[in-house]
Amino acid sequence: MSAPAAGPTTGIEVSGVSHRYGGETVLHDITLSLPAGQTIALVGPDGVGKSTLLGLIAGVRKLQSGQISTLGVNIGNRAAREQFLPRLAFMPQGLGKNLYPTLSVRENIDFFGRLFALNAKARASHITHLLNATGLAPFPDRPAGKLSGGMKQKLSLCCALVHEPDLLILDEPTTGVDPLSRRQFWALVDQMRSERPGMTVLVSTAYMDEADRFSWLVAINDGHILACDKTSTVLEKTGTTSVEAAYVSLLPAAARQGVSTFTIPPYVDDGTPPVIEAENLTRQFGSFTAVDHVSFRIRRGEIFGFLGSNGCGKSTTMKMLTGLLDISSGSATLFGRPVSAGDMNTRMRVGYMSQAFSLYEELSVRQNLMLQARLFRLSAAQAAERVNTMLADFELTAHADERPTGLPLGYRQRLQLAAACINNPDILILDEPTSGVDPAARDMFWKHLVSLSRDAKVTIFVSTHFMNEAMRCDRISLMDKGRVLAMDAPAAIIAQAGAASLEDAFIACLEKAGNTVAVSDSASAGIAAPQTAKPVPPLMRWLSRFWAFAQRETVELLRDRLRLAFAILGPVSLLLIAAYSVSFDINTITYTVVDHDRSQISRTLAEQFSGSRYFRQTSPTPDLHTLQTRLRHGEIALGLDIPANFGRDMLAGRKPELDIIIDGSMPFLGANIRAYVEGTLVRYAQELARTSPIPAGNTAQAFSIVPRFAYNQEFRSIYAITPGVIMLALILIPTMLTALGVVREKEIGSIMNLYASPASTGQYLLGKQLPYVGLAILSYLALVFLSVTLLGVPLKGSFVGLSLGALFYILASTGFGLLISTFVRSQVAAIFGTAIICLIPAVNFSGLLYPTSTLVGIPYYFGEAFPATWFQLISLGAFTKGLGVRFFIPMYAALLGFACLYIGSACLLLRKQDV
Amino acid sequence: MRWLINVALLSGKEFRSLVRDFILFGLILFAFSFAVVIVADGVKIDVSNATVAFIDEDHSALSRELRAGVLLPYFKPPVLTDRTAATAGMNHGTYNFVIDIPPRFEADVLAGRSPAIQERIDATAMTQAGLGDVYLQRIFLAQINRALHTPPAEQLLPFSTQSRIRFNPNSESFWFTSVMQVVTDATVLSIILVGAAVIREREHGTIEHLLVLPVSASEIAVAKILANGAVIFVASMASLWCVVHLWLGVPIAGSLLLFAACLVIYLFSVTSLGMVLAIFAPTMPQFGLLAVPVYAIAYLLSGAATPIESMPDIMQMAVRVLPTTQFVKISQAILYRGAGVETIWPSVVSILCASTLFLALALLRFRSMLARQD
Repeated sequence: MSAPAAGPTTGIEVSGVSHRYGGETVLHDITLSLPAGQTIALVGPDGVGKSTLLGLIAGVRKLQSGQISTLGVNIGNRAAREQFLPRLAFMPQGLGKNLYPTLSVRENIDFFGRLFALNAKARASHITHLLNATGLAPFPDRPAGKLSGGMKQKLSLCCALVHEPDLLILDEPTTGVDPLSRRQFWALVDQMRSERPGMTVLVSTAYMDEADRFSWLVAINDGHILACDKTSTVLEKTGTTSVEAAYVSLLPAAARQGVSTFTIPPYVDDGTPPVIEAENLTRQFGSFTAVDHVSFRIRRGEIFGFLGSNGCGKSTTMKMLTGLLDISSGSATLFGRPVSAGDMNTRMRVGYMSQAFSLYEELSVRQNLMLQARLFRLSAAQAAERVNTMLADFELTAHADERPTGLPLGYRQRLQLAAACINNPDILILDEPTSGVDPAARDMFWKHLVSLSRDAKVTIFVSTHFMNEAMRCDRISLMDKGRVLAMDAPAAIIAQAGAASLEDAFIACLEKAGNTVAVSDSASAGIAAPQTAKPVPPLMRWLSRFWAFAQRETVELLRDRLRLAFAILGPVSLLLIAAYSVSFDINTITYTVVDHDRSQISRTLAEQFSGSRYFRQTSPTPDLHTLQTRLRHGEIALGLDIPANFGRDMLAGRKPELDIIIDGSMPFLGANIRAYVEGTLVRYAQELARTSPIPAGNTAQAFSIVPRFAYNQEFRSIYAITPGVIMLALILIPTMLTALGVVREKEIGSIMNLYASPASTGQYLLGKQLPYVGLAILSYLALVFLSVTLLGVPLKGSFVGLSLGALFYILASTGFGLLISTFVRSQVAAIFGTAIICLIPAVNFSGLLYPTSTLVGIPYYFGEAFPATWFQLISLGAFTKGLGVRFFIPMYAALLGFACLYIGSACLLLRKQDV
Repeated sequence: MRWLINVALLSGKEFRSLVRDFILFGLILFAFSFAVVIVADGVKIDVSNATVAFIDEDHSALSRELRAGVLLPYFKPPVLTDRTAATAGMNHGTYNFVIDIPPRFEADVLAGRSPAIQERIDATAMTQAGLGDVYLQRIFLAQINRALHTPPAEQLLPFSTQSRIRFNPNSESFWFTSVMQVVTDATVLSIILVGAAVIREREHGTIEHLLVLPVSASEIAVAKILANGAVIFVASMASLWCVVHLWLGVPIAGSLLLFAACLVIYLFSVTSLGMVLAIFAPTMPQFGLLAVPVYAIAYLLSGAATPIESMPDIMQMAVRVLPTTQFVKISQAILYRGAGVETIWPSVVSILCASTLFLALALLRFRSMLARQD
C-alpha cells in the first residue's frame, strides 16, 4: 500500500502554490516544508486560506499552480494521488459534515471501513476499539444525526481513523464543540497518536490556545505564511509564552491594531421590570425532555449567558422564546407579554441568530442585509444607509457583493449577527454567535455587544461555550441535559465551586451532575490496538468499495419509509389511473341537426345517426348561427345542416347539398368524426337505394376488403395503453429516484468522502445505483401483476423476455438519473430536468400514444436515442404480440448500450476533486 | 399595505434565487421553445406517415394501381414484401398495415367475382389503426373505380355533402400539440418550482430565520407563488406568442388577453398544488417522487393527450374536477374556437374553486410544516 520511494522522514513539501476562487487569490505563492510523524497546527483567523491549503495537501482540491509533495507523493499527478489516498484520512470542516445522519454510529464507521476495503474481521475489531476509546460504545445504534456536536466530531474522527492512515488531516475539528468535548477530543487524538506513533497529524484551528499542544506551528495570514517552525522555536523567536501572543506579534503592524483587550463597564440595574422571563419552561420531543423546568429572569440591558455542552437544551430554550417552537409546559414572557408565534410587534423588537447559518446562499451579503432591513420595515433609503453602517461595523464591506457560500465560517457568522442587529432590536437572542469565529473577530463582536448593552440598553441573551466569553457576561447559567446546574455572575460561580477558572468550575459542576470528563483510558487499555489489516486482492477491493456505497445507500433508502412508499405507490397509481382512462376509443359524439326541410326524408337522415352507438343526438337547433355558437361552446362536436327542400330535391335527382360541420379543435376526434359521418351516410344511401325509387348508380361491390385487427382483436385502448404505461412508469420514477443522488450529496457536503477516499467514481455511481435498481424491479413486478390481474390485460408472450428487458431498461433509466444528477447544480434543476427530459420523449416519441413508425426527421432520432422507445417494443411485444427473448435481442443490446453510455458519461462528468 | 410590501420584497428574493441557477434557466428555455417545436413537429395525432406493406401475389396492373394510391401525408410510400418479413415487421412495429392482394385479383375483379383483399392492422397503434383502415378502404375503392371507369363512390350518393371541419380545417396536429405542450410544461414547472422552493427553504434552514422576522406565513407562501408563477406566466405567454404563433404559424382565434387572465388563475391553482405537495413530502427526494405521478396523471387525464370523450364515464366525471383538464378545455375554447367569457366561465369558476382549496390548504399547514422538527 505504501509507496516504496517514500521514506518515513519525507513530510509535506509545498512549493510555489497559489490558489484563486473566481477573481480572488486566497493563497499567494506558498512554500513550506513540514516533517513527517509530527503534530502540526495551522493557525490563523477566518478566511486566510487554511482550509484551502489543507484541501490541496490532501488532494481533495484541485491544484492550480505550484507543486505539493505529501509524504513523498506528487499530489498534482492523478495516478500517484489515487495510490496515495488509502494512506490519508481527511475530516472536513463543519460538524459531522462527512457523516450520514440516518446511519447509526456503527454503520457510519463500518461504511468507511468498507470504503478502504477492510475485511469484516478487521472492521469489527477496529470499530470495537474505536467505540471504546471514544466513549461512543454505549450507543452504537444511535443515528448520527441525533448525536450532539461533540459526539459527532468524535464519530467523525473514528471514521477517519478506521483505516489506519499515515496522515490525518483535521480541518477545524473542534469548531462549535463545547469545552468538555473539546478536551475529550484532543485527549483522544493524543491517544490515537500514541497507538500509531508514525502518523502525521495536521490540524487547522482558529483557537490559538489549542495550538500550544502541537509540536509544529504554521501561522498563516491573508494567504501568506507568517511562520513555519517548531512551536518552541516560534515562541523563542517571538519571545512570547503562548501561541496566541506569538501570532499577534507575528502579524504586520497594520493588522495588529484590531487586536486589543477591552473592558466592560459594570452593569447598572435601572430597576425596570425584567424583559425576558421564563418560569418552569419545559419542552418535550416525544419521550425525550430537551428542556426541563428552566426558570430565569433577564433584566433590561443585561448580558445573560447560557453555557453548556452541545445538545443540553440551549437552542431549544431560545427557540421557544422566539416562538419557533411551542412550549410544552411552563411559561415565557418577553416585555411582560406571553410569547406567541404570531405576535408581530414582539418580532419587530427581537433580533435572533440561529446556530446554523440561516441566511440565503443565493443572495449576496448586501442583498441579504437589504432584505432583512426592508422586512423590518425600513424604507429603501434608510435600509441602504443602515446596511452600509452594518457592513462597516462588522468589517464585511470588502465582501459585500459576494455570496455567503464562498465565505469562511467566521464571515458567515458575522453576517448573521449583522442581520440580527439590523433593526436595532431591544432584545438580542444569539445562539452560539461566535462558534467558528477567530479570536480577533470575536473581540470585535463582543465590543459591539457591550456597546449595545451598555449604551443602547439592549438585553442580550447569548449562548456560548467559550469560557472567556462567558466571563464577559453579567450573569451566566450552566446547563446540562435540559436542566440548569448553576446560575449567577461568573465570578460568583467560580467562587462557589472553589475552582481556579470558569472552565474548571463548569467541569466540576458537570462532574457533580454525573458526567465523566476523562477519556476512558481503562477501556482502551484493556483492548489491544488491532493488527494492521492484510492487503486485499484488487477485485475484492473493488467489490468492497462498490458494496460500501451500495449498502449505505440501501440503508438510507430503507430508513426513508415515505420515499419507499412513494416509489412503489407512484407507479401503481399511475398505471391504474392511466390504463383505465387513457383511451382512443370513440364512444359518443354529440351532434345536433338544423332541419330546414322538416320532411320525412330529413327526419330519417337524422335518425340514421342516432341509431349508431357512436352518435348521440341533442336537442335540435333552429338555425346555423345557433349551431355555430353551440359548437364554439363545445356543447356539440358535430352539426348537420339539412337545407330546405332536401327531400324533394333528392327525389328529383337534383343532388341537394348536405352541410356537415365538425369541431376540429382536437384533430384526432375531428378526423374520426368525419370518417364515421361518411360511413353512416354511405349506409344511408344504400338503404335509400333499396327502399326508394332514387336514381343511384351501381352499388354492387367490385371487390371486398377483409380487415383484421391484429394483436388487439377487440380494438380496445386498454390492451395497447397498459404496456405503454408500464414503460412510462419505469422511466419517470426510477430516473427521479437517482436524479437527486449526487447533487444532493454536493449540496449537503458528504461528497467530500468520495474526494478523500480511494474509491473511484465508477464504484460510487454503481453503488448508488444498485438499491434503486432493486426498488424499481419491485415496482416493475407490482405493475405486471396488477396489469394481468386487476386490469385483465393478458401477458401473451414471455415473462422472462419482458423481465430481462425491464432489468436493462431500469439500468438505463437509473443511469440516466445519475447522469442528470452529476450534470446539474441544484436539486430543483435535477427534478425539473428529469421531469421534462423524460416526460416529453416518453409520452410523445416512444410509441405510447403515437406509433414510432410514423415519426420522421428529428423527432424520429429523438425517439430512437431514448431507451423508452426500445422498451416499448419489448413491453408491447411481450404483452400484445406474444413475443419472447429471441425477438428482443436487438432491444436488449440497445438498452444495455444506453445504460453503459449514461453511467460512463456520468463517471466522466463527476470530478473527484473540488475546484 | 405592509402585507403587500413584504410580499414584494420576498418575491424579489425568490426571483434572485431563480436567476442564479443557469442550468435551471436553460431547462426552462428548452422546455418552452425547442421542446414545443419538436413535439409540434413530431407528434401526429391522426393518421399520418402510417406505414403500409404490400404482399402482392397478383403482380397485375390493378394491384400496382392500388399501391400507387397509398400516398403521403397519410401514408408513407408503401413497401413490397413477403409474408415472413411482413409478420416480422408487424411484430417490430415497423408496419402498421399489411395488405395481402390474392393471386388472380385483377382477373377476378374484371370477371365480377368480387375477390377479397386481406388487410392486417396493428391494432396496438390506436391512433392509426381505426382511421387508417377507413382511409385505405376509401383509397382502394377510388383506385378500382378509376381503373374500371366507374364513377367515384361519392357520386353514388343521392345527395352531395360538404364537410367543414371548424377551428382547424386541415386537421393539423401541430395546432393542437404545440399549445398543449406549453400547457403541460407550465403545469410541470409550476408544481416543481414552488414545491422545491418551499423544501429548499426548510433544508437550508433559512425558514428558521424568516419565521422570527415580522413576516407572516401567508406572506412567505404568497411570495413564492407570485414570483414563481410570474416566471412561468411570462415563459408561457412568450412561448405561445413567439414559438407557437410566430414560428410555427398557428393562428390564435380568440382573445389573448382573456387567455392570459385564465392562465393566471390556472397558475395559482397549480403553484398552490405544488406547495401542498411540498407539505406532504418534507425532503427533496420524497417531493420529486410524489410529484411524478401527480403531473403525469394530470397530463394524461387533461385531454391534452387523449380526448376526454374517450374516457370511461366515471373518469369523465372525475377528471372534470382537475384544474388541468379545465384549463385545457379553456385553452382549446379560446385559442381555437375564439370563445369568450360567456362560454368558458364554468371552467374558470371550477379552477378558481381548486385554487382556493389548494391555497387554503397550503396556508393552513404552511407554518406548522415549516416549524416541524425532524
